[in-house]
Parts: sequence; C-alpha cells; structure tokens
Amino acid sequence: MSEVAIRVERLGKQYRIGTVRGSKHRTLRDTLSGAVADSFRRARGILRSPENGLRPADGTFWALKDVSFEIQRGEVVGIIGRNAAGKSTLLKILSRITEPTTGSAEIHGSVSSLLEVGSGFHAELTGRENIFLNGAILGMPKTEIIRRFDEIVSFSEVEKFIDTPVKHYSSGMYLRLAFAVAAHLEPEILIVDEVLAVGDAAFQAKCLGKMEDVARRGRTVLFVSHNISAVERLCETGVVLAEGRVLFRGNIGDAVSCYLASVNPYVTSGSSEGPGFADLLRHPGRQAGARPLLQSLALLGPGSPRVLRDRLKTGEDAVFEIRYDAEGTKLDMAFLAINSLRGERVCTVGTHLSPGPVGVLPGKGTLQCRLPSLPLAAGDYVAVVAIGQSFPRKEIDRVEFALRFRVETGDYFGTGAALHHSQGSFAQRSEWKVVPGAGELEVGAL
Amino acid sequence: MSAVPEPTAASETPTVLIRPTRGLASLQLKEVWTYRELLYFLVWRDVKVRYKQTVLGVAWAVLQPVMTTVVFTIFFGQLANIGSDGLPYPLFSFAGLLAWNFFAQGLAQASGSLVGSSNLIKKVYFPRLVIPISSVLVGLVDLCVGLVCLLGIMAHYRVWPSATFLLLPVFVFLAAGAALGVGMFLSALNVKYRDVRYVVPFFVQLWLFVTPVIYPASLVAPKMKAAGVPVWLYGLNPMAGAVEGFRWAALGTGTVAGSVITTSIAVTAVLLVGGVFYFRQTERTFADVV
Repeated sequence: MSEVAIRVERLGKQYRIGTVRGSKHRTLRDTLSGAVADSFRRARGILRSPENGLRPADGTFWALKDVSFEIQRGEVVGIIGRNAAGKSTLLKILSRITEPTTGSAEIHGSVSSLLEVGSGFHAELTGRENIFLNGAILGMPKTEIIRRFDEIVSFSEVEKFIDTPVKHYSSGMYLRLAFAVAAHLEPEILIVDEVLAVGDAAFQAKCLGKMEDVARRGRTVLFVSHNISAVERLCETGVVLAEGRVLFRGNIGDAVSCYLASVNPYVTSGSSEGPGFADLLRHPGRQAGARPLLQSLALLGPGSPRVLRDRLKTGEDAVFEIRYDAEGTKLDMAFLAINSLRGERVCTVGTHLSPGPVGVLPGKGTLQCRLPSLPLAAGDYVAVVAIGQSFPRKEIDRVEFALRFRVETGDYFGTGAALHHSQGSFAQRSEWKVVPGAGELEVGAL
Repeated sequence: MSAVPEPTAASETPTVLIRPTRGLASLQLKEVWTYRELLYFLVWRDVKVRYKQTVLGVAWAVLQPVMTTVVFTIFFGQLANIGSDGLPYPLFSFAGLLAWNFFAQGLAQASGSLVGSSNLIKKVYFPRLVIPISSVLVGLVDLCVGLVCLLGIMAHYRVWPSATFLLLPVFVFLAAGAALGVGMFLSALNVKYRDVRYVVPFFVQLWLFVTPVIYPASLVAPKMKAAGVPVWLYGLNPMAGAVEGFRWAALGTGTVAGSVITTSIAVTAVLLVGGVFYFRQTERTFADVV
C-alpha cells in the first residue's frame, strides 16, 4: 500500500496563443468561409510562388514542461514561483479541470480544490441556499452539508445575514462564507490556490489556522501563495516552479531561498562577484545615471588575516570594507544597511550613527565598518551601501543589493540550539530563572 | 481526459489517473450519476432564481403558451381555418405548444449553458455533461405548471383524459431527449464558435413550422402519400413524433402514424448518442477555451 498521495510524472501543458487573424474565438462563419477561401488559395498557390504571410503564425507555449515530483500522504507542500511559472496550471491539471498535453499524474485520495473562493455562488440566493449549492458543487453530499451547517455558519461569522441574498453581502462576508464551505469539506487532499490574496489580515489568519488544522489531522495539503511567510508557516516542504519547470524540490526553507534568489534579479550567488566580494563599478543595483563613487564592497571575518568570507556565524563580528573614489567630491558620510532577501530592512549602520566622527574622507581609499557581535538569525542577507555628505545631508552614490552573504547559527546560545528562520530576524540571548513569589509590583515613574 | 477511479485493495481511497486522452473518450455516464446531487442543485438553483427575480414568476410558465394559443387560434384556427383533428383549436394548439415550448426552451438554454457557466468550468471539477442536462431539466417545472393549466382547459371543453394520459411521460422523455441531444452538440460547438448562439433562435423558429404544432400531422400525411413519399420520413423530425404523441396521449384523439413515432424515437436516440459523443470529445478543451 503506497504512501504516495500524488505522483506527477513528466507533466506538460501546452497552450496555443492567439489563432488565425488574432481573434481568440473563431466564428463558425469565419471557419466555413475560411475553408472555402483556403481551397481557392491553395489552387492559386500551385501556380504562384511560395506564400509569405499566408500561413498564420502558430504561437504555442509550454506552461508546464517535464514536471515530475512526488507528494507523500500527510505532507504539507508549498508550491511557489514567479507569476507565469506554471503554478496555477499545475493545480488545474491536478484538479482535473484541464487536461495535460504530455505526461501523467496519479492521485490517491479524494481531492478538493479551492482555486477561487465562491465560484459556485449565485447572487440571488441567500447565504443558506448558497452553502448548499456551493457544497454540492464542491462535491459534498447533502447530508454532510446539513451536518456541518452550523459549523460552517459559525466559522464564517455571518449568522445574522445567513438568510439575506448574497448580493447584499460585503466582499469580506462573501469570502468568509465561501471559504467556510470549502474548508469544511474534509477531503484527503486539499489544494489551495492563492485564496489568501484577497481578504483582510484577520481573515487570512483564520484561513491559515484552519488549513493548519486540516494539515494536523493528517491530510495532504498543496498550497500556492505569494505570501512567503504564510507558506513558510504552514508548509514543511516546497516545490519551486520557474517557467514551467521544477527548479527545486525539498524542505521549505531552502525552497524559499531558491525562490527569492530567482525572483531577485541582482542577487546571484557568486557570478560576477566572488564569495564575499562585490565589484560595484558597474553594478545593476545602482540607479542609472548616478556617479559611481563606490568601487567595491567586501565582507571579512573578524580574524587578523584579512580573508574574504561569504558566510558568518550568528554573533560573530562582521567587517565590511568599502573601497571608493571620491573623484573630487567632498565625502564625509557613509552607511551600510542589511536587508533580508525579502527586502525587509534588518538594520542600518552609518558613520553618523557611530561614536567618533570619521571626518572628511580622503579622496580615494578604503573605509572599514565593523559590526561587533552581529546577532543575525540564520539565513541569507544582502548588504546595501551608500556614501555622501553630512551637511547638507546628501547621498551621492548608493548601491542596492550590493553583496549577498549567509549567516549560520553556529552555537550562539551555547546550548547547541538553533533558531528556525521563522522565529525572528535576529538572535537574542536570554536569561531565565525562577523567582520567589514577590510582593506586589509597583508602578514606577516611566 | 481519462480518469480511472478504482478503490485500491487495502483501503477505500479512490485512485485517479490523469493523462491526456488519446482516441475516443468514454461517455462518462456513470460519473454523471455519481454527481446527480449536483444536477439536482443546479436545476433547483435555476428554477429558484428564475422565480425569485420575475414579477410574473410562476404565471409566466402559463402566460406564454396561453398568449401564443390565443394568437394561433385567431390567425391559424379561425382565419386560416387549419384543421385540428376534431378538437377545439385552442385546446389542440395549447397541448402542442406545451410540448414544443419544453423542447425549444431546453434547447435554447442548453446551447448557451456551457458558456454561461464558464466560471464554474474553469474552477471546479465535475462532469461537464451535468450542465446541459440541468438546463433541459429546468423546463420540466414549467411543463408541470403548464399541464395543470392544460387539465383546466380540457375540463372547460369537456375533454376528459383517457388511459393514454399515462403514456405522457414517454413523449416528454422523447422531447427531452431531442432537446438534450441537439443541445449538447450545440453547447459544445458554442464554446469554440461563439456565433452559434445567434443562429439557434432562427433555426428553432423554422423548426416550429416544420413540426406539427400549428397544424396536425394528419394534414401532412395524406399529401405525402399522394406524392409517393413514405410517411415515416416525416418522423425524421424527432419533434414531429414527440408533439403528435404528446397530444394524442393527453387528449386521446388524433391519428398517430406509428411509423412516424418510431422514426422519431430512433432519430432521438441517434441525436442523444451523437450529442454526448461530440460533447465528450471536445470536453477536454473546454476549460482552456471557454
């Protein structure tokens, strides 16, 4: 008895883009008249020279090509990738809505797909009637719907309006009701596509919670989303799709890194740069037209031999070296920022933020920035560097995504414990002890 | 798409294999039966929505054949003096119209049904056959309302239903089959060629005149015999058999050439099978094209 829930083998889907005469829907009239015209054209063509422009451009593209992977029963898989990577097409094929062009997929277990919320709703019917309708469309037998009716209504929080026609609902209520129905389907395999994109934060949290619930009960879940933190929170493993092919299949942390790297055009893991070193003279992260005063950025370890490093341990000293050429401009300010791969600013340091001014910089040289005991959590980060004047405050040159580096936990806590990337962007030591039950706490002057 | 659901030996989990369909697709009738609750819900939804929205509501199911009957009675019954098999013309035409409207409505709704449900088709899996079937079944509600009205008119003219009334469902089934067969074909065609929808009302109009609704078949049969054309050819129009049969079953009069009815049944069967077949063959591209 296999434990595989879904097995996909060399799946491919080809679409035709545009047809003859550029219209999506040919009319019967065009087809019939075209058939007649074509036969005349062919007869004439025998006497004339080869046609150019008579044969229509045949545009096809492969939305999915040669996709293979396996999903075990009970696995919670995140499917991530850029837009047009083929994620929705893959889900549509697995949901049997469209047929693959090549390859095959084997599915063991009942499937319920949430490709769009509320697809079965009819505006004129009340919420109560729509629950039955939507449930039937999604494959729930009537007895099931009756049994779960109260649960569904309470999850959706629209009890008061359950007997009003749905066309009077706000979009939030509509969404909550639709998700409530779909979420209570209890299928063996749940496929969810981007339904969290619409809806407020509270609703999204509720949906995620329900999906976690489903996953905890041993169901297989396939989750597609652009919300990386939601994917990381919910899923154990991931599939990264790019341009219709599988780019990565493995644990979710690595999948997310792979995806972010592919999405971020400037961040390459060591191509035009070596490990720990970035040539900034012609860097794509600089705004076009800015003067290239920054020449290079290097990351060194804390030790005395000046060795380039592409990775650090949490809590280690980080030393950045910035080589610049002022080209006659007076420079006396520089700053460095560290961003996560998601673009979140983790910290900013600068000459104006450190004790002891650095003064006017020599016309050409190397500026060193030491970040003692940098407590970054494990993960991949990018450095941003800028240089300018302090008075009037002006930034003259700036390079985004200048240098990429990785941080590993090492043994920061001294206990061998490591932080999961979802537990925060920096590591913090803490001390814990049991205190005797003290007296009342006083409110002091704040 | 061939999907092969089969329970595995060790457990009850269904296994589905998805692969591109090569060659002929199965007719999928068993799967449609599995989804019969969905069929019921779609019919219920359409009926409910129709009667919720309109001011006239249920009355429309009666009003439409009544108004048509009045017009027909004046212009065809009285002025043109078309025979009606010994029955009062209004009764004759109302009965025929009931059957005809059921067919025409079913056909019109079915042919646009796939495109109308495009949002469902693109988002959810279910056997697509359910959609045109539900559009035809919706007409049954109007038909039942109309039958009640018919009984009222029969009482007015002192025409009592005989044992043949029990055969009424047979001819309703025949009309439904014809509507479904052609409707499935047209709905599938309409997905690819959107102008099909505009041609349908025109053909339905013509079809009305070819079918013995306004006039009895007994008007046509002797002319055919005289011209040496075999009468059963008239049955090639499946609605000829359905309407005549319906009238005969309900009102108990009229000469029904058995050959016409048999031919109509045969033609309907061919239309049904052909319609389902064409539908299934083109179904694999619906979600991509609709």
